[in-house]
Amino acid sequence: MIAQGLRALLGHWLRNPLQLFTLVAGLALATALWSGVQAVNAEARASYDAAAATLGEGRFAQILDSEGAEIPLADVVALRRAGWLVSPVVEGRLNFVRIVGLDPLTAPGGLGPVDLGSGPEVGTFLGGAGQVFGTAEALEALGDVAPEKVLSPDVAPMTVVTDISVASRLLGQDGASRLIVAPAQPIGQPPLAEVAPGLSLRPAQQGADVGRLTDSFHLNLTAFGFLSFAVGLFIVHGAIGLAFEQRRPMVRTLRSLGMPLDRLIALMAAELLGLALVAGALGVALGYLIAAALLPDVAATLSGLYGAQVSGALELRPIWWLAGLGIAMLGTAAAGGGALWRMARMPLLASARPRAWAMDAGRGRGLRSAVAVILLALAGALAWLGSGLIAAFAALGSLLIGAAFALPLVLELGTRIGATLARGPRADWFWADTRQQLPGLSLALMALLLAMAANVGVSTMVSSFRLTFTGFLDQRLASELYVTAEDADEAARLVAFLAPQVDAVLPIVSVDRAVAGFPAEIYGTRDDRTYRQNWVFLEAAPGAWDAVFAGQGAVVNEQLFRRAGLMLGQEIAVAPGTALPVVGVVGDYGNPIGQVILGEAQFSELYPDARALRFGLRTAEAETVADWLRAFGLPEAQIIDQAAIKAFSLQVFERTFTVTGALNVLTLSVAGFAILMSLLTLAALRLPQLAPVWALGLTRRRLGMLELVRAVLLAVLTAAVAIPLGLALAWILLTQVNVAAFGWRLPMYLFPVDYLRLLAFAVLAGAVAALWPARRLARTPPADLLKVFSNER
Amino acid sequence: MVFGLMPCLASAQGFAGLGTDAEGFTTPVPERAFAFPQDHGAHPGYRIEWWYVTASLTAEDGREMGAQWTLFRTALAPGGADEAQVWMGHAAVTTPDAHFVAERFSRGGFGAAGVTADPFEAWIDEWQMAGPSLDDLRLRASSPDFAYDLGLSAEAPLVRHGEDGYSVKSSEGQASYYYSQPFYAVEGTITLPDGAVAVTGEAWLDREWSSQPLSESQTGWDWFSLSFDAGQKLMGFRLRETGGADFTSATWIGETVEALPDGAFQADPLARAEVAGREVPVRWRVRLPDKGVDVTVEALNPEAWMATSFPYWEGPVTVTGSHQGRGYLEMTGYE
Repeated sequence: MIAQGLRALLGHWLRNPLQLFTLVAGLALATALWSGVQAVNAEARASYDAAAATLGEGRFAQILDSEGAEIPLADVVALRRAGWLVSPVVEGRLNFVRIVGLDPLTAPGGLGPVDLGSGPEVGTFLGGAGQVFGTAEALEALGDVAPEKVLSPDVAPMTVVTDISVASRLLGQDGASRLIVAPAQPIGQPPLAEVAPGLSLRPAQQGADVGRLTDSFHLNLTAFGFLSFAVGLFIVHGAIGLAFEQRRPMVRTLRSLGMPLDRLIALMAAELLGLALVAGALGVALGYLIAAALLPDVAATLSGLYGAQVSGALELRPIWWLAGLGIAMLGTAAAGGGALWRMARMPLLASARPRAWAMDAGRGRGLRSAVAVILLALAGALAWLGSGLIAAFAALGSLLIGAAFALPLVLELGTRIGATLARGPRADWFWADTRQQLPGLSLALMALLLAMAANVGVSTMVSSFRLTFTGFLDQRLASELYVTAEDADEAARLVAFLAPQVDAVLPIVSVDRAVAGFPAEIYGTRDDRTYRQNWVFLEAAPGAWDAVFAGQGAVVNEQLFRRAGLMLGQEIAVAPGTALPVVGVVGDYGNPIGQVILGEAQFSELYPDARALRFGLRTAEAETVADWLRAFGLPEAQIIDQAAIKAFSLQVFERTFTVTGALNVLTLSVAGFAILMSLLTLAALRLPQLAPVWALGLTRRRLGMLELVRAVLLAVLTAAVAIPLGLALAWILLTQVNVAAFGWRLPMYLFPVDYLRLLAFAVLAGAVAALWPARRLARTPPADLLKVFSNER
Repeated sequence: MVFGLMPCLASAQGFAGLGTDAEGFTTPVPERAFAFPQDHGAHPGYRIEWWYVTASLTAEDGREMGAQWTLFRTALAPGGADEAQVWMGHAAVTTPDAHFVAERFSRGGFGAAGVTADPFEAWIDEWQMAGPSLDDLRLRASSPDFAYDLGLSAEAPLVRHGEDGYSVKSSEGQASYYYSQPFYAVEGTITLPDGAVAVTGEAWLDREWSSQPLSESQTGWDWFSLSFDAGQKLMGFRLRETGGADFTSATWIGETVEALPDGAFQADPLARAEVAGREVPVRWRVRLPDKGVDVTVEALNPEAWMATSFPYWEGPVTVTGSHQGRGYLEMTGYE
């Protein structure tokens, strides 16, 4: 009996291959988007973990010199002999490669490339000429300076890790750059201030700036993935519901023939499980392809924007298969649970006529409206009153779900208004028929709404970011050429050589120092028109630059200004015993830490040891000067022209666009697919309603046209809701999420042309989705329409 | 004593960078006269060396305890340069129901670890064994779980093992310089997670240095330092051979000090316990027929596993049978 029952159940799919396709494709697409995004996230995280394991940043508390100076080894010994378990790190750059020298003997467990328990490695690492570990790129860039080079793909890009003695030798540095503090410290340890008064402790989480930034990026991606999954579920829900409704007569027959209900339910559950597994597997495979296509761009985006290094290669991890299949089954259960439940409670001899499940309108409308109102109010309250990332994302979620619930009401209102404007019976019928179809289409339209809103929101955010950032680059990278000297001698020779050749040589010199309790870079700036003309203050006191160059004020970046809660005129300590009022605030997009700008004279007085090795050159003849510099003997890598930096930054944005663009197209396609499937489903159910209209004289061709017009109209109505929703989304992203995650607030720009293009795309999606059903309708044999009247239904 | 570590080190080829030969390093030779206090300091020309204290203690509340403090030095390369030295410290406290371990590493030529002979100081980080002379020491160590601060005063002269301090470790002739101070009276404080407690008892210091690893057929070692209530002391070790007779050696410290040849000392496991996933003998029959010794040696706490980078078993023991007493047991090479 089980075999027969199963055959009967599966027979349904044979007769309705399209429905089967809808179900499998919907589920597979949903799983694909979800697992693709998860795969990208997981891969990026794995890369950060590798970098964290190499460098220990963020994971451990650190001790730094309060003035940003080197920490003498005598202080390290004093700390260890007082019971402070600290491990010195010597850090610096050589040939543009970051050199990290660790002491494997004292570094907290798991740090560094060698394991103490693992035999000869430690001896080789510590002893003799030493070893450097890095990626092929870094090792090559390092050149011929190092002892033994060991290829190690786990080390962060353009970084080499070596023993502290080797790093000291390579960098010519005697003391430690910073100390890593072991997580567990011995009993009876004296306070730090007692042992080493000049040093300050930075707790573990403070170092994780990049982590927070990238987390926000991943959160965005995850939200996108989840949205896509939700859109896919709309489709699956529709397909399963329809299949169950259509199989009611079969269920009645099977039960009448003696098939026990529980066995029937079990069979149907098993059938769904099988479908979920097949669709899930397809989805994961598809997701892998999506991830593989997106990952290089995501990796480039992360490294360009946040400095986080991510490997561009994807590994197929078993956990994705499991997670992907799991989410597919969960989705099927969510979508099919209700249908199974109804089936289980159906009386044996209940009417077997399809109940036009999809037409079930009235029920739940009141509830939906209430939920919509509550969620929208919540979103408003959170956006207004909440602060922090969680509140911002909660506001985003409530806004999107609330809007989705509100959509059917808005559409109904739209059709009512349309009906009042209608002239003539045909128009009356059109509007009434449209309204009557709304419940069946509303899930698909909600999907479209979410997809469009996400599209508007994310592209507005990214475009605003791009516009702001390129403007900012023009301010900040005003010099035509940037050159870097190897050492102070070369710098002096370079300046002497350049000064007569160019309009201005602007030294770029900074020290790292905590300002107002936050890590920051203090810059010394030369009085030049470049700064006065190009830099735009977000807020400033009158005569701000004059004050800076007179040593009577400091300009800070927005990050520091916001994080430390500063006000114009408030004094900040810029060196021991020296405090200056804040006279101006500048935007500093893309920089995770604070920045303070002082006049050159005052800077060199406060930090006499800091010498400029980088210079900005103002010249009208960048090409010629660059050629002179090459002739002077400066390696290509030490000459950067402004156009190249800008090109690189823009390239980063292009990649961001590729990622968001691809996700946008995918979600919109899924939504279009949902509309297509809903229309196809409805087409079969609506024959009885269309037949009388046809009988009254409306040709099939006209009926088909009206179908098309209706789809376009609904898409336009949905877009009318989606665009403001998307703008609200962008507003929350720019003013709440960005401030919480990055520390700066971006101005929001509007891109009407983009929205029009999106509208056109949505209309196109609606029209394409309606084309086939409309065509089918136009070609319905008149006999089928006539049968409506002959069949006793 | 911790010659026992050498099989570990040699098999790991690691921490010590030990090869299979001692090329370039100074090797021990017989009939070298010790010069004190200089020989209390480091001998960087030799590959490996240690300052090793074990203390059998009784707390004021009557609990039996043990404490260990060890500083190891290994040279990564011959020549005796400070930079080529790596220092490793182990500290432990054992009670009948708990065992605490800590480990420290430091490179040489840096100041965070080292040994000076006069005045005597051996240190790694804040751990320290120091005093005006080797007869009067203060021993300190701490970790996130425990700390101790013990005063050690010697009540009798140093003891030299083997031939006047030249201690043979295998029938193939591998050897080390080895002397001890087994006569410390101890008084001090041990801090455990449940608070500080005053302790008294006796301690045993081992000094040993060498350049030769054990022979390849030796798989591990069992080392005993026993103090009998009647006043005599016994140091004995067994080096386990893969195929063939074990190599044993012992020093009887009674009215006189007597080195006993291979075979005179016998140690046989009576019971094993599963510790850290290995079968480790925690009850032994120890015999020295020449001196009428036939005792059972039992671990105070079988779980005294030193879960350090190079793990081994080390803990206090009680002695019953022909003689009563207590002492320390170290076992290495139980895989």
